[in-house]
Amino acid sequence: METAVFIVSALIVLAGGLGVVASRNPVHAALSLIATLFGIAVLFLNLGAELLAVVQVIVYTGAIVVLILFVMMLLGVDREEDLDTEPLVGQRLLAGLVGLLFLGAMLAIIIIGKDAIVTGSRSVTGALSPTVSNVTQIGTELFTTYVFALEVTAGLLTIAVVGAVVLSRRPRDLQPIPEPESMTDTGDEPLTAIPEEGAH
Amino acid sequence: MNMLGGDPLLSGQIDLAVVLIVILKVVCVFAFLLVATMLMIWFERKVVSDFQNRVGPNTAGPFGILQTLADGIKFFFKEDLIPDRAERRVFILAPLLTVVPAFLLFTIVPFGGDFSNGHDGSVEIFGRTTYLQLADPAIGILFALAMSSIAVYGVMLAGWSSGSKYPLIGSVRASAQMVSYEAALGLSVCAVVLTTGTLSTHGIVMAQAGSGLGGFIPNWNLIATGFVPFVVFLLASQAELNRPPFDLVEAEQELVGSYHTEYSSIRFALFFVAEFMNSVTMAAIIVTLFLGGPAGPALLGPGWLWGVIWFLLKMTGFLFLFVWVRSTVPRVRYDQLMDLGWKVLIPLSLGWILLLATFWVARDQNWNGFITVAIGVVVGLTGYGLLKAAIATSKARRLEGVVD
Repeated sequence: METAVFIVSALIVLAGGLGVVASRNPVHAALSLIATLFGIAVLFLNLGAELLAVVQVIVYTGAIVVLILFVMMLLGVDREEDLDTEPLVGQRLLAGLVGLLFLGAMLAIIIIGKDAIVTGSRSVTGALSPTVSNVTQIGTELFTTYVFALEVTAGLLTIAVVGAVVLSRRPRDLQPIPEPESMTDTGDEPLTAIPEEGAH
Repeated sequence: MNMLGGDPLLSGQIDLAVVLIVILKVVCVFAFLLVATMLMIWFERKVVSDFQNRVGPNTAGPFGILQTLADGIKFFFKEDLIPDRAERRVFILAPLLTVVPAFLLFTIVPFGGDFSNGHDGSVEIFGRTTYLQLADPAIGILFALAMSSIAVYGVMLAGWSSGSKYPLIGSVRASAQMVSYEAALGLSVCAVVLTTGTLSTHGIVMAQAGSGLGGFIPNWNLIATGFVPFVVFLLASQAELNRPPFDLVEAEQELVGSYHTEYSSIRFALFFVAEFMNSVTMAAIIVTLFLGGPAGPALLGPGWLWGVIWFLLKMTGFLFLFVWVRSTVPRVRYDQLMDLGWKVLIPLSLGWILLLATFWVARDQNWNGFITVAIGVVVGLTGYGLLKAAIATSKARRLEGVVD
């Protein structure tokens, strides 16, 4: 059962990842990203990490991708793109190369390590206690062992929010940054002029 | 570890009887939701027409109760149009993305069971003990938040994929509004979780069973969390549902119905059904979180039936409130909507959570109650003053023209 769920959700994750890279339309790419994130949430559930799964859905699918789509729709950058031109030259070749190297490294580890690595048992980072629900466990750990890290992260995020607000409210007397041309001419084509009576 | 949580049905051996019971529950919940949605649409039309001094639907069935069914059949046989400039695949996907979360949301709602006199709300079916709710996962109420955050995609993608202007404006509005109000919604749920100490919906109802102060006032979270989270949740849920007075997403007068402008036939019907189904489910979730769900005294007859009766009574009360608000309060302006969300509801519920947490710590540590309250109020007032000052400063600077 666990294996079947893993195979199905892994396929969804991979298909979604491929869709993010290969979609011509940015909105389709964002939708593929949702599929990937959802598949990962199911993988978390499969491992018994319910809290992580639901946080994955609420934070990533429910907020971050919504904001990505929001910005795309607001700025009107949701047109189809030409995938034949590479923005960074040699980028695709390098990406493929790095991917192959990564795959090779993983295979090498599995082949060399043999039984010492592929034991089929849960890793050492498994649940601390099999009886207490993992919501309680994560909560307890966050607010006891890792409370300093948690507070520092909270402070960092607050600073980031304040910084974003300050940066976006630029003083008025500065020269306004001109809008790029691509933003002004993405509207619909103007209505074709109605031919005048008796013009032809 | 049991992934589906506390339901005793799934803790033992899973055999054919268990599977059958689960299937039975699925069918019951599905049928209940469909019938409740059908009745809700009729109820809303009937009550609104009463408010407006007209008769409303009165032809199909007694009191026009079958009007929704007739409308549904009509929608089925209409021509299904896909606009020329629409993004085909996404256009077809969007209504489904709206309907599926609407169905899934109800799975965690406890809709019956005997919670009186210390019973734990379990019933016996075919010799098995189980709860009267489809699933009781340990993450409980977070699942509801997750599903309502998924629901925004249906509206967003419908508007975008229509390839038309008004739907697009509607979907941009929808995403901004839903993301803003989700924060307030989550924070008021936080207050409930803080008070009951569990995320499981069954646990939340259990914590509210029995009576509290004076022996006759119910032990509801409404009182235990001090009303403020309830009010915040009620307001935020209306915005989350896109119901009037927060229905800017589909403001007919400005946007021609917005995201479903280009939809026709059964696809439009799916949006329509999902909207009312979400109203029903949101009422059920409010009842679960703040009014004790099916908990209530069992008079005569089987106790579990009284659970169902109390649940339905409370839910209908909220549904009437929704319709009442809709037919009497005019739509808010867009800046008012955003101000209410970000400058009132979120700071208010944040401050209230701090206050509640302080009370719980004070109780644990045996601090002096009066001094704790006094310090809490002073800190709260200081925070309120600072927020006021910040808003006033930013307004003054905007009027001076220093910043945009």
